[in-house]
Amino acid sequence: MVSKKVQQFDPVVNLQEIEEKFEMFQILNEEGEIVNTEVDLQLSDEQLVELMSRMVFTRILDQRSISLNRQGRLGFYAPTAGQEASQIASHYALEKEDYILPGYRDVPQIVWHGLPLWKAFLWSRGHFVGGQIPEDVNVLSPQIIIGAQYVQTAGVALGIQKRGKKEVAVTYTGDGGSSQGDFYEGINFAGAFKAPAIFIVQNNQYAISTPRELQTAASTIAQKGIAAGIPSIQVDGMDPLAVYVATRDARKRAIAGEGPSLIETVCYRYGPHTMAGDDPTRYRTSETDSKWEKKDPIVRFRKFLMSKGLWSEEKEAEVIANAKEEIKAAIKKADETPKQKVTDLIRNMNDGDLPFNLKEQFQIYTEKESK
Amino acid sequence: MAQMTMIQAITDALRCELKEDENVLVFGEDVGVNGGVFRATEGLQKEFGEDRVFDTPLAESGIGGLSIGLALQGFRPVPEIQFFGFVYEVMDSICGQLARMRYRSGGSLGAPVTIRSPFGGGVHTPEMHSDSLEGLVASQPGLKVVVPSTPYDAKGLLISSIRDNDPVVFLEHLKLYRSFREEVPEESYTIPLGKADIKREGSDISIFAYGAMVHESLKAAEALQKENYSAEVIDLRTIQPLDIETIIASVEKTGRAIVVQEAQKQAGIAANVVSEITERAILSLEAPVLRVTAPDTVYPFPQAEAVWLPNSKDIVATAKKVLEF
Repeated sequence: MVSKKVQQFDPVVNLQEIEEKFEMFQILNEEGEIVNTEVDLQLSDEQLVELMSRMVFTRILDQRSISLNRQGRLGFYAPTAGQEASQIASHYALEKEDYILPGYRDVPQIVWHGLPLWKAFLWSRGHFVGGQIPEDVNVLSPQIIIGAQYVQTAGVALGIQKRGKKEVAVTYTGDGGSSQGDFYEGINFAGAFKAPAIFIVQNNQYAISTPRELQTAASTIAQKGIAAGIPSIQVDGMDPLAVYVATRDARKRAIAGEGPSLIETVCYRYGPHTMAGDDPTRYRTSETDSKWEKKDPIVRFRKFLMSKGLWSEEKEAEVIANAKEEIKAAIKKADETPKQKVTDLIRNMNDGDLPFNLKEQFQIYTEKESK
Repeated sequence: MAQMTMIQAITDALRCELKEDENVLVFGEDVGVNGGVFRATEGLQKEFGEDRVFDTPLAESGIGGLSIGLALQGFRPVPEIQFFGFVYEVMDSICGQLARMRYRSGGSLGAPVTIRSPFGGGVHTPEMHSDSLEGLVASQPGLKVVVPSTPYDAKGLLISSIRDNDPVVFLEHLKLYRSFREEVPEESYTIPLGKADIKREGSDISIFAYGAMVHESLKAAEALQKENYSAEVIDLRTIQPLDIETIIASVEKTGRAIVVQEAQKQAGIAANVVSEITERAILSLEAPVLRVTAPDTVYPFPQAEAVWLPNSKDIVATAKKVLEF
């Protein structure tokens, strides 16, 4: 009998084929032109203007935060400029009842989700009041440990599913975070439980100084979701419309019981990693900076909205003026909050009666801090 | 001799060992082009190449596992954990794996890994960046834990740690990185692990400390001198294993002791030192041995850290309780 020759499975070709399938999803190009006409945006003119207003507000918030930090009036701060589409347009696709587990750069999303700005400033200063989230705001304080929020998101999403609620859990990390074990465990658990979660990786090209190429051999971060068996997409993270649509569709699937999704948003952090001494000129060139600045999310969205007659310089000036006022008022309110004490820490960390050692320490620090 | 800060002395020690032994590898998050977030590895990638000094993907657990694997291939890895607050992510590699290499191999396999990591408070970091977690690793048999307090010690102890055939956790206090300079020889030298250093001789009370608290203790000894108390200050330098001989000899001389640590009272190296003293020298004691520590809360963000951290005044107050007992 002549055996039929079966072509051997070629893992190298297979990998190439999978990687080639990950095309970056874009709707609005750098010139502010719609390049993908097949997508139904389902966004009203008012919504488009609102999205732009939020992005502009967030850029101003970043500028003010950097300058407040330099004056010593803010604590820990991780700059956000360049990531407005990734952050704000993904958040814009969520509903109030959805639950956000942010990383430390994701303060804007939780502010837009309802965390009062003055509390966000207190969080930056490490004040405990900044960690007290209002009851009707479904967010966690920003995570410091890279990727830890990913596994917790699987838990929040599984809880939502068990409660039978039509909501999603949404989390953010960066390209560096996608190397952590927690990242893989989080997407895998959520996939295994078909839990309603959206995992967003803001690939801003550098984990502090380490470029994306050194982070993984994978040509996209999105493809990591394939191994977890969850729908995954790479989007232009400086295109607010692409980010919005990808997040909206992921949310629809999650609500419909189809499980989690992974979204990689390709973007760029214009500023340093944090304001605590990082110097990007040590690891990035100004050519790279300007290449990415040409893709700016606010610039392209402005062009788009202006071409539709929905935006003007006056409108932008008004948004900026309002943002400055709001930020000023929030910093004032943060300043009015009494300084925290060690006795606050002892009390906050213990629900109910203090054990012997802490009762004693509470006394000691009450005395010390009354001096 | 050159005047060096502690961070320069650490870079210098790494340079000496990279030159000395081709099996030494330095790696971690941002240690390459960036030279480390505190510049501890400044210039080393340029000097020794990407083969010997390299950035890893961002995963502390990955860095720990990689170190074990490289050690099994005969290398002498010197990984950096960017902040020791991130140690929870790599706890299994350090305590569950590295520390047990001798145990699992019936004594036949060492793991010459030196994990360097910054820790310690007083520099206004965000959460998880300042915690004193040395007690966690020091409680694990199979690990040595070193905490230098001066540039000179940092260089000699780091070289000894790298040359040690077993795993060492080498903790660098953030506040000491650039707080002062001292003369540090440019050539290679070692300081034995497990040996404390008598920083100041005294006859009335022994003050045991390590890391940044050594300097607070020296300040306290100065203040006590003004009140005619002679305090002996001993820098433990290695907190696992403890230099019990030096500790006991000092207590037998002074009859009084306090132990100072930046960590919380419940998180303790100090408790170990007190236990050793009471077990071995109780008949020499004229007073109870007391501790000066931080309170039992999580390390606070900047606003409360000045009060939270123990200081020389706290040390003087506690020393006087013991002296006037």
